[in-house]
Amino acid sequence: MADLQELLTKAQQAVADAGDLQQLDAVRVQYLGKKGEFTAQLKELGKLPGDQRKEAGQKINDAKRSFQAALEERKAALEVEKLNAQLAEESIDVSLPGRGQQSGGLHPVTRTMQRIKTLFAGLGFDVAEGPEIEDDYHNFEALNIPSHHPARAMHDTFYFNANTLLRTHTSPVQVREMETTEPPLRLIAPGRVYRCDSDLTHTPMFHQVEGLMVDEQVSFADLMGTLDKFLKLFFENDELKTRFRPSYFPFTEPSSEVDIQCVMCAGEGCRVCSHTGWLEVLGCGMVHPEVFKHAGIDNEKFTGYAFGMGVERLAMLRYGVNDLRLFFENDIKFLKQFA
Amino acid sequence: MKISEQWLREWVNPDVSTQTIADDITMAGLEVDSIEPAAGEFTNILVAKVVSVEKHPDADKLNICKVDAGTGEPLQIVCGAANVREGLMVACAMIGAVLPGNFKIKKSKLRGVESYGMLCSEKEMGLADSADGLMELPEDAPIGTDIREYLDLNDTIIEVDLTPNRSDCLSIAGVAREVGTLYQCPVNALEVLPVKADIDDSFPVKVSAPSACPRYLGRVIRNVNARATTPLWMVEKLRRSGIRSLSPVVDITNYVMIELGQPMHAFDLDQLQGGIEVRLAQAGEKLTLLDGKEIECNDKTLLIADESRPLALAGVMGGEGSGVSDSTNNIFLEAAFFSPLAIAGRARDYGLHTDSSHRFERGVDPELPARAMERASQLIIDICGGQAGPVCEQLSEVDLPKPASIHLRRERISRMLGIDFEDAQVESILSGLGMSLEASDEGWMVSAPAFRFDIAIEADLIEELIRIYGYNRIPRTMPHYQPDMKPLDESRLELQRIKELLADRGYFEAISYSFVDPAWQAAIDRDIKPVALANPISADLSVMRTSLWLGLLKAAQHNINRQQPRIRLFETGLTFIQTADELVQDNKIAGVVCGNLHEEHWDGDARKVDFFDVKADVEAILAAGGQDIRFVKDAHPALHPGQTARIYKGEQAIGWLGALHPQTQKALDIDPRVFVFELDQNAVLAASVPVFKSLSKFPEVRRDIALLISEDIAAGDIIQTIKSAASDVLQEISVFDVYTGTGIDSGLKSVALGLILQGFSRTLTDEDVDSEIQTIVTALNKTYGATLRE
Repeated sequence: MADLQELLTKAQQAVADAGDLQQLDAVRVQYLGKKGEFTAQLKELGKLPGDQRKEAGQKINDAKRSFQAALEERKAALEVEKLNAQLAEESIDVSLPGRGQQSGGLHPVTRTMQRIKTLFAGLGFDVAEGPEIEDDYHNFEALNIPSHHPARAMHDTFYFNANTLLRTHTSPVQVREMETTEPPLRLIAPGRVYRCDSDLTHTPMFHQVEGLMVDEQVSFADLMGTLDKFLKLFFENDELKTRFRPSYFPFTEPSSEVDIQCVMCAGEGCRVCSHTGWLEVLGCGMVHPEVFKHAGIDNEKFTGYAFGMGVERLAMLRYGVNDLRLFFENDIKFLKQFA
Repeated sequence: MKISEQWLREWVNPDVSTQTIADDITMAGLEVDSIEPAAGEFTNILVAKVVSVEKHPDADKLNICKVDAGTGEPLQIVCGAANVREGLMVACAMIGAVLPGNFKIKKSKLRGVESYGMLCSEKEMGLADSADGLMELPEDAPIGTDIREYLDLNDTIIEVDLTPNRSDCLSIAGVAREVGTLYQCPVNALEVLPVKADIDDSFPVKVSAPSACPRYLGRVIRNVNARATTPLWMVEKLRRSGIRSLSPVVDITNYVMIELGQPMHAFDLDQLQGGIEVRLAQAGEKLTLLDGKEIECNDKTLLIADESRPLALAGVMGGEGSGVSDSTNNIFLEAAFFSPLAIAGRARDYGLHTDSSHRFERGVDPELPARAMERASQLIIDICGGQAGPVCEQLSEVDLPKPASIHLRRERISRMLGIDFEDAQVESILSGLGMSLEASDEGWMVSAPAFRFDIAIEADLIEELIRIYGYNRIPRTMPHYQPDMKPLDESRLELQRIKELLADRGYFEAISYSFVDPAWQAAIDRDIKPVALANPISADLSVMRTSLWLGLLKAAQHNINRQQPRIRLFETGLTFIQTADELVQDNKIAGVVCGNLHEEHWDGDARKVDFFDVKADVEAILAAGGQDIRFVKDAHPALHPGQTARIYKGEQAIGWLGALHPQTQKALDIDPRVFVFELDQNAVLAASVPVFKSLSKFPEVRRDIALLISEDIAAGDIIQTIKSAASDVLQEISVFDVYTGTGIDSGLKSVALGLILQGFSRTLTDEDVDSEIQTIVTALNKTYGATLRE
């Protein structure tokens, strides 16, 4: 049986020498195939005397099993090797940019308006819209600004004819809503407004968000509380100081302007706040009885507050934009910064 | 309004700093815009006299002056001002003086002549924004005195931006009254005594429009020296109020207006004929104003006229030829109450806005004319001499504004403000503002003083209460209301959803002006006449956009000019189209795309964007809410005739998609190929609530067919035809190849379609599928003559 041992050694050596799965398979066929060398050994068994066959057969099978084990082991090793080679082959530079469409982004004015809408939605305010080409009645008369009123000079109105104009504020939307909907009312009206004015700090078109709340128990204290909270949340600063200053709007009484502590210098005084430490951001007040009268709302039963804010101004303060005109140039390098 | 702090403190002098006054009046509703020193920062400028003036030998416009500044030998100073002359009293900056802007005065040579100082204008000393020449000082100015001391320049100008309701504060007296109330300190009201009539002369006055002019006071003053010099204190006070000194009588009327708040006018009595009439103008009546401008009056205009002609635009501006001039000897002085409604808007009708109209249209105290008349008369007599006649008053008592009696209710105060006031607090605040109160069951009956034109209703009084109490002492609360759920319409998408979808597909949102250049407008929508603004800000922003493409293309051009290789922009908003019966303002959503499809990438060459890239974006928008969308070849004047689709939702046309016509691109000066789309927002946002359909348990079968069909039949039409011919087993159709060229006869194309079929109640047999395909092919053959490609 010396040659069986020799055969096994030779076979094992052949397994070890196989460099890849193909060679290994050739080794398998050489030893275990129909004409393989172990097969030949088994075929020889018949020639042995009967009492020796069992033992010899046992030995051949043992040798064959050892060989098969070596074969499996080698096969597994070669498969790992092959996979590793494939993985190495497939390795890429993961730092290279991805393929396909890059994301764009929303305009900072939209972004800001969305923020305002979301904050007021939390308080149950709906969004209302109205036409931009307005009539004199809704833009002025119904808001207690008759034609001779000095406040008209504050508005620099674009006209189409004596009665038709580009709305100078989003306040006509509150009139239209009050005309058609019974209180209680809680709404904001975001949108484009127009004034015949163009310089470093004015563009002939800009955006406002108007707010209106009408109910049986709405007070000036509520107005102050609402706006104070809104401004703190908008600027994400719980410590933000706000102050209310008496002012004048024909459609509210009492009226107020709202200042926030300058967000650029934290109230220390800087160029942005003209060294006052304060920035004016809002106008507001209690709905004027004349406005209720025009809209057919009972001034004794209901009270209401209204407010209006400039969206570009809030966006400039929030994001630190230093030139109003950038909002309407639509330079992609500008827009990209808000994506 | 500009207020000299010194002048204010003559009237009321609380023991607080300038800044504190400014802060406190701001918080009381008189917003302070700025606090500036009355003069620039300078040193070593002295009062001096020009002793002699000689022409500079080498410079036409320069003079060599000898100037006595009280320092011994006269100084030689070269001066270029036109008004320099012998004997003139001037402000002289000495060698070593420092002028505003840290400008140091040194000995210098001007065109070869030595100069030892500089003669100054008001501008150079920071006293005025502009100046015509040297500041001219009075003849009695003491030579050698420091100019700061002489003009008492250590003063502050507080500029208040008054809201239109506070006409009562358009004077030193008015602001002093407000400051007195805030600090509860006494106001030194000016004592005005009646000027004794030395002569009996009067001039007849007739008021034909008493409701517009309920009160008119006139007085004759004779033998006035109109060439007298306005005293320095008055010139300075006027200057600090932003008014230039002109001549003594005009200065005095201006002074009284600033001091007390009453605009006045002085006529040259000798230029008036017959008598004064205050009347409405006849339409077309002409009047040349003081500034030389001729106006043609409308019939709402109130005039001051004499028997022969209109003299002045009442309450707005005097006329030419009837005012006080250097040669005037006798004057007729006017102080009137014009009702705000009679003046409001009149100045604007003629493009005017004067200190007088500003006050009258907001409301001037009707009790003020008498006081102002006496004050002005006394100043005229003191400064210009003369003898006054009696004050003649035309009064229509019934037309004077009546102070309203306003019911102020406790309950209303609490409800409106959200806090309770003590009765005593209400009474103290309101009476401190000059109001009279009478108790009623629910609160008070309140009357406001005549000068408070802004107090008319209960809410006005409530504002006054918190204005004085302090807005910021009111607690800040959140509103209480009945919580409620709101309807939520699932068949309506939020616009924000579409905006975000576009942003995620690589678009940046643009916002452009709604008014556009008419030339661009014509290039895009030449068939539509845009709505034009009557008063545009500029010619290139003068018509309302009829398409969002206008602003988007402008934005694209802006970015192309800045070397952006890839542009994807969208905008949402209104377009404005005037139809025969109405002005249509429709919300649209639009996009503009040009340049590379993707950003430059390491793995392959940059492909230019094409129609189908943009179509995919439009399909994505419409898929968010829509079904039954068709793209139909159509023609649009701005678009490429071969690459234009009209978009339909059902039978309704909802938008356009296409390549810009090369001629349009040329007209707009845009070079790279541009694709645009525009959709009706309403159609885009209209969605439907999903309705579940059972899923089939049976397998799908796919059959591919290749059609030979005339080249000009659109794939969309083929699909429509298949859909209407097929039964409900047809689930999906895809176009997977379109081919023309070798092997296909000219005029034809091969269209390869994948059809997916599925039975709902059983597995489809080969016969079922064959018969379905046969039906489809027959329909295509009948409609288009299409055949199967062998």
